[in-house]
Amino acid sequence: MKKKSILALVMALAMVFGLTACGGSKSDSASTDNGSDGGLIKVGIINNDPSESGYRTANDANLKETFTEANGFDADFAYSMKNEEQIAAAQKFIQDGVDYLLLSAADTAGWDSVLKDAQDAGVRVILFDRTIDADESLYEASIVSDMDKEGQTACEWLESQGLDEYNIIHIQGVMGSAAQKGRSGALEKMVEDNDNWNLVTQQTAEWKAEVAQQIVQSAIDAGKDFNVIYAENDDMARGAVAALDKANISHGVGKDVIVMGFDCNKWALKELVAQNWNYDGQCNPFQGEYIKDVIDKLEKGETLSEKVIILEEKGFDATTITDDDVQQYGIGNEEAEE
Amino acid sequence: MSKAEKKQKAGSRQILIPLIALAILAIFNLIVDPSFFSISLGVNSQGDPVLSGNLVTVLDYGAELAILAIGMTLVTAATGGQDISVGAAMAISGSIMLRVLCGETTQTSVLHTPIIVALLVSIVVAMLFGAFNGALVAFFKIQPMVATLILFTAGRSIAAWINNNELPIIDDPKFGYAGGFIPGIPIPTPIFIAVICMIVIALLLRFTNLGLYTQSVGINEESSRLNGLNPELIKLLTFVILGVCVAIAGWIKVSRLSTINYSTFAKDIEMDAILAVALGGNALSGGKFNMASSILGAYVIQFLTTTLYRMDVSSAAISAYKAVVVILLVVMSAPTVQAWAKNMWKKLRPHAAVKEVG
Repeated sequence: MKKKSILALVMALAMVFGLTACGGSKSDSASTDNGSDGGLIKVGIINNDPSESGYRTANDANLKETFTEANGFDADFAYSMKNEEQIAAAQKFIQDGVDYLLLSAADTAGWDSVLKDAQDAGVRVILFDRTIDADESLYEASIVSDMDKEGQTACEWLESQGLDEYNIIHIQGVMGSAAQKGRSGALEKMVEDNDNWNLVTQQTAEWKAEVAQQIVQSAIDAGKDFNVIYAENDDMARGAVAALDKANISHGVGKDVIVMGFDCNKWALKELVAQNWNYDGQCNPFQGEYIKDVIDKLEKGETLSEKVIILEEKGFDATTITDDDVQQYGIGNEEAEE
Repeated sequence: MSKAEKKQKAGSRQILIPLIALAILAIFNLIVDPSFFSISLGVNSQGDPVLSGNLVTVLDYGAELAILAIGMTLVTAATGGQDISVGAAMAISGSIMLRVLCGETTQTSVLHTPIIVALLVSIVVAMLFGAFNGALVAFFKIQPMVATLILFTAGRSIAAWINNNELPIIDDPKFGYAGGFIPGIPIPTPIFIAVICMIVIALLLRFTNLGLYTQSVGINEESSRLNGLNPELIKLLTFVILGVCVAIAGWIKVSRLSTINYSTFAKDIEMDAILAVALGGNALSGGKFNMASSILGAYVIQFLTTTLYRMDVSSAAISAYKAVVVILLVVMSAPTVQAWAKNMWKKLRPHAAVKEVG
């Protein structure tokens, strides 16, 4: 009886790991032959799973658009949100003899040895989207968002609104994540430096829309007075707005409450166009061109002036945003059906 | 005292645990700020009347958890294990509803099918996933937590795959009724849905042998088999019922904001559902259960969450506060602590003790 249950357990575990293994590190391999067939540059791209978020989906789609055969690349993709699976994928790419390894690491630690292997094998490594804790000599370039700057851009915009008093509901992402730290840091500094900036409520909704809805609901139920919602992503801003609608509190351009979000989902930018929201900060997923520039330079034998390349990121104002901006910078959805 | 009466008494004592927890939270709020309990009638931006206030919030947002607690209690009772895949399964059923309603488009103000059809499709799919979990547990004798780990791991990817990784949004206000308000009715719809689910399960437990059979399978599988029950089938059935609960809870949640985010949708809700069962004083090792206790347990969790938001606990510390309260509640409901409390009670009131013995 006992033996049976142990056997069952082992089998189940095997199934689970089998599942994650093939679900996680699936790679649509195009060709495995080494060498320079037709002068294509072989790149191995390791990314987080596109289903992680709309941001990631857009990021993945952008990379797939950039690294095509027409552009002179032979690209191979591997996805995982687990560091060890990503490392395994990196080892496979090194064995396959890729020219470049593009990496968005799930975790900052644990990359030293595999990157040394890459260096020994003559594979050049470019980090995108996320940095890692490894010696700078192990990679050629690191193309990242500056989350602190995203927060600062948003706060500068808010300051430019010239309100007499800023009573802010601050809805935070998962505590400790890079996006949360950057976006919270800037706002907290403004609140500290300015007497007329107050945090009415500061709470984490862990990126969840319905939790943000509850937090704002709770502030309304408590009769708190506020005129700004600073949500650290679009989903949470959407949740907050649902709570405002329920309480019949007007929001948007020229209304009682200023609504701010981040990430520039297409649907969120449309809320800006409709003037239901006031501001949306970009977290740029369109990194393909940046990476391609770096590779082009390296191929020509040029040296990069900077190892860390900061992505250019915008902040959109509801009064100035255009439909072109929505199409160009919005992430996610296809054309809307009216 | 007859056996039936004794059983009744044990049941009513069990329900005291979540009731006391609720009372403690209520008294705490009453002392800190009595306005916590105020309820007001206002209008929303559509001009429809809505009730709001912390108590309404608790009942409103606790609905999903209460519905999940129903299914989780049955699974726990019959199999002596828990389903940890309900959050992922909710993402799947929510994703399916959006897929059926949106068709090929990702943002739509026109529903392609009636909502009831989408709901039925998602219920059927959730039942199938429940049956998958149930089959692994019942026929392959895999521990429930391990069996459901499969869907826990794969579920969110499946949910994303159903909609080609797009994040559909429905602009038709009708879809938002289930998670919001029906125009003209000031009480949040999730409360009605939860009450309907409770009535259905109460009727099932009252007029069928579901309760008796699940408990007997949980208490002793072998002797239930000897008595002519089919333990495998009953275990499977509990998972299928949980599947229905998952689909309904997923419907409410996806309707609240008319969209879905696969990675955060109903995240960690399985842990709260299991906690609701535990707070209800039910043994997580299966056997006897008290459904009303579990449901109350779910509302205790929501009450706690709402209280913490109300208290403006700092973001970094909120999980710690929650953990401390949960530990206190679980310890309070532990059999050893209860036995100790009972002894203390007896010592304090010797007359009552004499009566008890008889």
